[in-house]
Amino acid sequence: MSQPKPYRVSHLDALEAESIFVMREVMAEFERPVLLFSGGKDSIVMLRLAEKAFAPARIPFPVMHIDTGHNFPEVLDYRDSRVATLGLNLVVASVQEAIDTGLVRELPDGTRNRIQTPVLLAAVEKYRFDALFGGARRDEEKARAKERMFSFRDEFGQWDPKNQRPELWGLYNGKHHPGESIRVFPLSNWTELDVWHYIERENIPLPSIYYAHDREVVERDGMHYAVNEFIRLREGEAAQVRRVRYRTVGDASQTAAVLSDADTVEKVIAEVAATRITERGATRGDDKVSEAAMEDRKREGYF
Amino acid sequence: MSQAVLEAESAPAQRMDLLRFATAGSVDDGKSTLIGRLLYDTKSIFADQLDAVEAVSAARGDEYTNLALLTDGLRAEREQGITIDVAYRYFATPRRKFIIADTPGHIQYTRNMVTGASTADLALILVDARKGLVEQSRRHAFLTSLLRVPHLVLCINKMDLVDWDKDIYDKIADEFTSFAAKLEITDLTIIPVSALNGDNIASRSENSPWYEGPSLLHHLEHVHIASDRNLVDVRFPVQYVIRPQSTTVTDYRGYAGQVASGVLKPGDEVLVLPSGLTSTIAGIDTADGPVAEAFPPMSVTVRLSDEIDISRGDMICRPHNAPAVAQDIEAMICWMDETAPLRIGAKYAIKHTTRTARTVVRGLQYRLDVNTLHRDDTAGELGLNEIGRVKLRTTVPLLADEYRRNRTTGGFILIDESTNRTVGAGMIIEAQ
Repeated sequence: MSQPKPYRVSHLDALEAESIFVMREVMAEFERPVLLFSGGKDSIVMLRLAEKAFAPARIPFPVMHIDTGHNFPEVLDYRDSRVATLGLNLVVASVQEAIDTGLVRELPDGTRNRIQTPVLLAAVEKYRFDALFGGARRDEEKARAKERMFSFRDEFGQWDPKNQRPELWGLYNGKHHPGESIRVFPLSNWTELDVWHYIERENIPLPSIYYAHDREVVERDGMHYAVNEFIRLREGEAAQVRRVRYRTVGDASQTAAVLSDADTVEKVIAEVAATRITERGATRGDDKVSEAAMEDRKREGYF
Repeated sequence: MSQAVLEAESAPAQRMDLLRFATAGSVDDGKSTLIGRLLYDTKSIFADQLDAVEAVSAARGDEYTNLALLTDGLRAEREQGITIDVAYRYFATPRRKFIIADTPGHIQYTRNMVTGASTADLALILVDARKGLVEQSRRHAFLTSLLRVPHLVLCINKMDLVDWDKDIYDKIADEFTSFAAKLEITDLTIIPVSALNGDNIASRSENSPWYEGPSLLHHLEHVHIASDRNLVDVRFPVQYVIRPQSTTVTDYRGYAGQVASGVLKPGDEVLVLPSGLTSTIAGIDTADGPVAEAFPPMSVTVRLSDEIDISRGDMICRPHNAPAVAQDIEAMICWMDETAPLRIGAKYAIKHTTRTARTVVRGLQYRLDVNTLHRDDTAGELGLNEIGRVKLRTTVPLLADEYRRNRTTGGFILIDESTNRTVGAGMIIEAQ
């Protein structure tokens, strides 16, 4: 007799298998899924999982970018080249266009995170998407920690945290009436470190701003913002060139860089493993509004 | 704290495995504090999270930084100091990544405990050393056994408040052990802890020299879970058929799914249900290339040698080891809907593996009192958080195993066809 085999599965293999299962489940049960693709690392990993889930066939659904108009050029270039390589259909829902047509109004402070929501919901209605893949992870934020893998949204896109469907075993209930939809989060059980380990293992290219580079930044509320067309120096502020990288990529007017020398994936992993501040806490002005900022935005229909 | 814990971050990712555990306790047993302590001691709490918790603690006038606030995510929870919903938490050590399903302990939330336990490798139950076992401790132990969670840990918490009295520990441990003997619990570990002070959490405490077992974290890191998987009964529920519409890949037809149990290999003879046709496995594909074997929980794509009609909801198994093809199902059902009870004669949608059908409730044999385990055979319906043995008839056959043998092919959910809510969770006892 030969030795019994251990049939080992690493935690990354287990996470990958679960995410692929979830994506296939959506494809089998929904009419019009779409994957929300921002060019950020989580949506990039999600796109890789979609490639794997349906290989050797192409990814069988379009991707959608909610374009705040406040973009990092490196990220837009990455988005376009990725979409072209994979032969995907890209839907762009533009916040600028929505402002121009009067669907939403620019906020006095010029930030566009919050006004993305009506733009997203309008696109869902226009294209009649019934399942939206998002790259949110439960370790990001404590309201997200309580959200389901299949998150039911009513016809207004609203999340009701007290009225969520129990999820047992691998049995996801995607049933919905016309106009309602499900947000699906295949990376729910991944942490920031898992995402980086996976990027390393799969050798996934990322937009260059995720790695350390020299950039002209201004320090504001303890965070380092790039000086560019969206963030201009205020009186008394001085710009300086620092070595930075981005831990998250969101609206360019609200996403800060972190000081870093990590210019390879290995160095980023070492840095993420040692860091003592959450990625949203370190880089997102939009989450600093209140204890429940994310919960409130989700109730309104945010991812 | 042990050196091993401190080095968590530098461990090679490929060597770590994954353990999912569910926690349960009464409102004041200190469950959130225990989880906060595990996260804190494994450096899984970030400075900004701790700052936020300290600020809220100070504002509420707490005497110490209330680690429980780390896990209470929703506004109502923070305001009322209670936990409403299952929350998922993550931490890692060099050996393992852990996913915690943190379930609230209130009486009305059996639903959440059942949900958290359904995917758990291990259940962690807390009791307050001053109070001993309470009704909820027994309920949680029963649910752990009902859901077939392979490992159970009882943490006797707040030992600091009883001066680390060994007699108190022994009394609670004995009482729990004798209660557990009546249930089907295969692996039980009992640990005296103080979650607030961190005793016996990340490392053995000097306060309990009489306790010779492992710290909680050591146990979580080392408990053997690889053998909990069923590697004997080949069950591959077909999830999705991959047929590329492409000029470069032609004539490809693969059956995508996640292996529920057993080991599949190219060349194996297989039986496809419900058709009853047989074929052999031509190949097992992943995006990274073909594999020589597939086992749980791998997501793969299986190709067969023969062109037979297979679609979502079918099951690939072995000719001499197949699940029942059954329309008459007996199951324990936990009812999860507050708007209407389960009633005899009512119809629901049923989702079992990748197959969705309709079902009618033919009978309710008894309702179980989860505290006394008393069977009430006069019950006419099951209300929210009630559990009973139910007979169902389905519109099409399910490809089902007993839940005790296979948690994936033995579990199902019931869905209300008008509201689309998930209203019940079932564990199959008999399928024919």
